[in-house]
Amino acid sequence: MKEQSLDPRINRLDLSRGEGEQVQAQSHLPTWEVFHQEKRGKQAVHAGIVHASSPDMALVLAKEQYARRGKTANLWVVRTSDVYTFKQEDDDVFETVPEKTYREPSAYKVRDRIEAWQKLHPEQL
Amino acid sequence: MADDALVIGHRNSEWTGIGPMLEEDLAFSSMAQDKIGHAQALYEILHTHLGLADADSLAFRREEKEFRCCHLVEYPIGEYDFSLLRHFLFDHAEAVRYQALASSSFAPLAHLSAKVKGEIKYHVMHANAFLRQLAAGTEESRARMQSSLNRLWPLAQSIFESYEGEKDLIDAGVYPGEVILKERWAAAVQAVVESAGLKMPASEADGLGGRQGYHTEFLSPMLLEMTEVVREDPEAIW
Repeated sequence: MKEQSLDPRINRLDLSRGEGEQVQAQSHLPTWEVFHQEKRGKQAVHAGIVHASSPDMALVLAKEQYARRGKTANLWVVRTSDVYTFKQEDDDVFETVPEKTYREPSAYKVRDRIEAWQKLHPEQL
Repeated sequence: MADDALVIGHRNSEWTGIGPMLEEDLAFSSMAQDKIGHAQALYEILHTHLGLADADSLAFRREEKEFRCCHLVEYPIGEYDFSLLRHFLFDHAEAVRYQALASSSFAPLAHLSAKVKGEIKYHVMHANAFLRQLAAGTEESRARMQSSLNRLWPLAQSIFESYEGEKDLIDAGVYPGEVILKERWAAAVQAVVESAGLKMPASEADGLGGRQGYHTEFLSPMLLEMTEVVREDPEAIW
């Protein structure tokens, strides 16, 4: 039985119901982690992943997925399998003893904003 | 140029939603959208500087025989290797054409050339990356690249078909003309094809007539589909 669609492109594909290639587990192309840099000198921020067969292909595909809109200075791609992480059962190493909050650099959070303001208003320094 | 961009933009947008993989579906659609943008910019130039109708009328309210697109862009999308090789051959041609227009004596085209430079560069980069990857892939992917190249090479030369008034544009310094662009294009294409380990076909140009308004049997149905909504209510304001 042929699939009928309101979309003429789908009808042109001449698909039969139930046919088509089955995707096997692990048969996908490898994934690459994409980092987006908004301005030169700024940190690259993790944006997501793309499937690709080589670094060149990953960059080419990442450009349209993650730099299509808004400002972009550069993109980085890193093979997902090259990213090392802690084991999930070790996530307790990140727990901080509550009495040590003095060690948390929360004050640093405003530092970026202070520096940005100082850059904008050099005459007031 | 405008009709080429509109028709290939529409053709390539036919892959939206049915592309070979999610990432490429999005990239190919986005580039198709760029092409429609280039067509619009060129129609605007024709309207503002040369007194033709407005962009929407030029795109949606002309008869098939009034179109000046080449046969290459008219063909149905076929299988993905056909669309990919067409994109490769067409965008290399766009790159040399816009590069030549950067120093055009006709300022609106020189400005447009500067504006679309990055987009065209990406389109070529994308086409080159896919061609190299698939030429180095499996036996099947390599054979498909070569056979689509063989099939499209004669048709792609229809991009550079001469037309009435070409000499006037050359004399006026608008651009260097089709013969010179074709030479530059063939050299650029050959370099990538050979670096991908494929063979350059030797066939001569085929499918001429588009620049005179003679088209393949595929253009008319495509235009009917493209203008379906406009014809529903020609007076509607968007």
